[in-house]
Amino acid sequence: MIPAQDVLAPAGPQAAQIHALWQLMLWMCTAVFALVVAAAWIAVLRRRRDVLEPLQGADTPAQSRRVARIIGIAVALSALGLAVLIVASIGTDRALAGLPHDDALHIELTGHQWWWEATYDSVDPSKMFTTANELHIPVGRAVIFTLKADDVIHSLWVPNLHGKKDLVPGRTATHLIRADTPGIYRGQCAEFCGYQHAWMSLLVIADPPDQYAAWEARQRQPAGEPPDAQAVRGRDVFERGTCAICHTVEGTRAQGKHAPDLTHLASRMTIGAVALDNTPANRAAWIVDPQRFKPGVNMPAHNLPAEELGALLHYLETLR
Amino acid sequence: MSTHALGESDRAFERAGDEDHTADLPRERAGLWGFLTTVDHKRIGVRFIVTAFGLFVLAGILAALMRLQLAVPENSLIGPDRYNQIFTMHGTTMMFLFAVPIMEAMALYFVPLMVGTRNIAFPRMNAYAYWVYLFGALMIYVAFILNVGPDAGWFSYVPLAGPEYGTGKRSDFWAQLITFTEASGLLVAISVITTVFKQRAPGMTIERIPLFVWAMLVTMFMILFAMPAVMVGSTALILDRLVGTHFFNPAEGGDALLWQHLFWFFGHPEVYMIFVPALGMVSAIVPVFARRPQVGYPAMVVSLIATAFLAFALWVHHMFATGIPDMGKGFFTAASMVIAVPTAVQLFCWIATLWTGRPALRVPLWFVLGFFFILVLGGLTGLMLASVPLDLQIHDTYFVVAHLHYVLIGGAVFPLFAGFYYWFPKFTGRMLDERMGRWNFWLFFIGFNVAFFPMHILGLWGMPRRIYTYSAAMGWGTLNFVATAGAVTIAVSVLLFIVNVVRSARHGAPAGPNPWGADTLEWWLPSPPAFGNTQSIPVVASRTPLWDAGIVGEVRGLSASPPEVLVTSGVDAHADHRIAFPTPTIWPLLAAIATTVMFIGSIFTPWAVVWGSVPVVITLIGWFWPSRAETRRHRALEKPPPQVEEKQREHARV
Repeated sequence: MIPAQDVLAPAGPQAAQIHALWQLMLWMCTAVFALVVAAAWIAVLRRRRDVLEPLQGADTPAQSRRVARIIGIAVALSALGLAVLIVASIGTDRALAGLPHDDALHIELTGHQWWWEATYDSVDPSKMFTTANELHIPVGRAVIFTLKADDVIHSLWVPNLHGKKDLVPGRTATHLIRADTPGIYRGQCAEFCGYQHAWMSLLVIADPPDQYAAWEARQRQPAGEPPDAQAVRGRDVFERGTCAICHTVEGTRAQGKHAPDLTHLASRMTIGAVALDNTPANRAAWIVDPQRFKPGVNMPAHNLPAEELGALLHYLETLR
Repeated sequence: MSTHALGESDRAFERAGDEDHTADLPRERAGLWGFLTTVDHKRIGVRFIVTAFGLFVLAGILAALMRLQLAVPENSLIGPDRYNQIFTMHGTTMMFLFAVPIMEAMALYFVPLMVGTRNIAFPRMNAYAYWVYLFGALMIYVAFILNVGPDAGWFSYVPLAGPEYGTGKRSDFWAQLITFTEASGLLVAISVITTVFKQRAPGMTIERIPLFVWAMLVTMFMILFAMPAVMVGSTALILDRLVGTHFFNPAEGGDALLWQHLFWFFGHPEVYMIFVPALGMVSAIVPVFARRPQVGYPAMVVSLIATAFLAFALWVHHMFATGIPDMGKGFFTAASMVIAVPTAVQLFCWIATLWTGRPALRVPLWFVLGFFFILVLGGLTGLMLASVPLDLQIHDTYFVVAHLHYVLIGGAVFPLFAGFYYWFPKFTGRMLDERMGRWNFWLFFIGFNVAFFPMHILGLWGMPRRIYTYSAAMGWGTLNFVATAGAVTIAVSVLLFIVNVVRSARHGAPAGPNPWGADTLEWWLPSPPAFGNTQSIPVVASRTPLWDAGIVGEVRGLSASPPEVLVTSGVDAHADHRIAFPTPTIWPLLAAIATTVMFIGSIFTPWAVVWGSVPVVITLIGWFWPSRAETRRHRALEKPPPQVEEKQREHARV
């Protein structure tokens, strides 16, 4: 399924409310535009001359009054139209604020240059888990994001679900969404955040509740023991090499906090914040030279011996 | 085009300029020395216009590079580092070095002519303002060419532009450029305001001021009130970066959003500083081509002033996504929408003027019609952006890129082109070619809409701003390609304009003083007006002095050397007294060089502020140092009133 990223195809109540407002505005503004342009065009064409004619004498008081009255009516109608738009806008804003959020799923989302860290909250701390760049949510259930930024300002925007909200360092914001249709919704950072702003994307995958529950249960598990000798070797490379400085794989000694959590890497659809499909070949190319795909990204190139790289890739494949 | 297309009655207007108003004027020094020392508002104005237009072309080339990069998905023409510098330079140049300065430049050239005076107030300061502006522009482009151009966007949000994430000197160059342009802008604003208040021709009471001059006056007040906010902001940014203060660092009690408030408190009025002068240009052009006085003059003036006030009440609509309290959201939504009312009033008055006139569809009017079309569309998408919920969807997307180009190109560049075609005869004494002008207009109008209309759709399809590339899977490729084709068309149109200017400046049809049969005082003088403008100051008795025999007399007897200027009262423009104006001098240039050394030095060390101020002080002392000969001439011209003479004699006896 190709992920959607479209304001005009709302998949939840927030986006739907805004879409209704958009349609009202679109039609009202189109009508006003047509009227004004037509009036200006007729004004020029009706008594058009090819040369600069002699000046016209002053208007009679009656003429002036008539023109002033027409302008007055046009201004009054404009003000009325604006009042309608203001009321509609504030009404939509209130409706958005009033959408239900009982039994909401809480996710703490942190923006980093240039990826997203998502920690799924739970009253039971042992049930909390962390993932990156791909968020599953249950269809029909409200989700409350707690938004934070770690370095510069980012902005969360998943247009099929809701408008954007900024992630500002030193501040905490919340954002309420709900997906009513299952699907894969793509989002993208909407506040310029440096070199790789263009490739700072995320996927929100709205699953039916039972599928979501299964995914959530899997995410809570740490990585299992490597199934074979090559995978053990790969984990060794991961833990002793530079990977573990930045990345975490739960259940291992790799506990770096500067880059995406890779505990369930192989279960994701993409890597590099939705920059590449998550295939073994792409993973290999990314590890060897991430700058090729995302110049300026904070992950260095890795000139690993072939044996180590093979073992590492084999190990990553086991992280499901 | 040539003047033969004018109706017979236009000859009457031309005759108005036949008299020689320039017989006893001071003479301008020729050559390089004259060039460097001039304090004439027209020479500096033209210089300002040419520089600003050159920067417009440069920023346009940067835009073309961006469009080439985005024409196809996953293009590798320009990498992210260079791309970020390019879009930052494009925005910074267009907003700080082109749009506001060129409006100031038009004011410098035309306000003194339209109010019938001999020079701008504070002409040396004005010369200094130009040099500071030029040096600031040179600095930022040298930095860009050396690959240390700013790369945090023209808005330079912290922390991205702060010391921790904006490493190197890139953002320092940006912040210092702001200092340069602010200094220049504030000085021009002071000059223009003083000129309008104190140097209007006798009889040009406050209700007879041309709408163009009103628009410029309102704009200059906006500059005075808005620019200090960004100066505070950019100074705090420099301090954060250079000496480790923490204004914007949340970890030390600072606030990242403080920057946004300071920046947009300036940044939104700035849009209107660009738009309001353009309204003035349209108001100058519409009545002339409709062949009748403007409908609703008082409403037009009140609308300009209302726009300026409201412009300060809606900066937060740039920050809706940061999370604003509900009460604030409602207020800023309402304010952002209500500002459409004064613009609507003016629009209806122009349409009424055209409707009740006999419009001659010449190139300036074509550009005004283009302005109507594009500006109204951009204004309506502005209403969408004023609505908080809808803004959350389209903010920071290509929808906004489309919107802002509709309001800024439609709202300022189209009127500017209208103004260039309209006033070119005044600058040069020759007409621009009409046929090339029509090509210029149609290519620009079509190219513009092809380039920017698809961006609305791209924004709705989820394309964010400021991305250097995008995935082919997003489906944005086709419309981006179309937009690039439109951009190329605009480039061709601008090139055609340049060709037209260069050719017409030499071979264009001679214009005479008033080729359009226009109403305002700049057309009373020969084209181009002589140095010192006019020997005698007109006495004005109407709002459209050249149309209804509104010049009822002339004030003669102002000295040519030193150049004297007639000062009038602020509201009723009663002749008050005459003062001698400063003569040409090299000191403003030297002071600007000293200032530049201090500003650029302080990018690298705070001590530059200390030691760099010494040459600035020295040049300022030189600037104001009185010469004996000049003082003697001033004294000789002074004619104290009789009772004062009496007192002086008494004093001498004692």
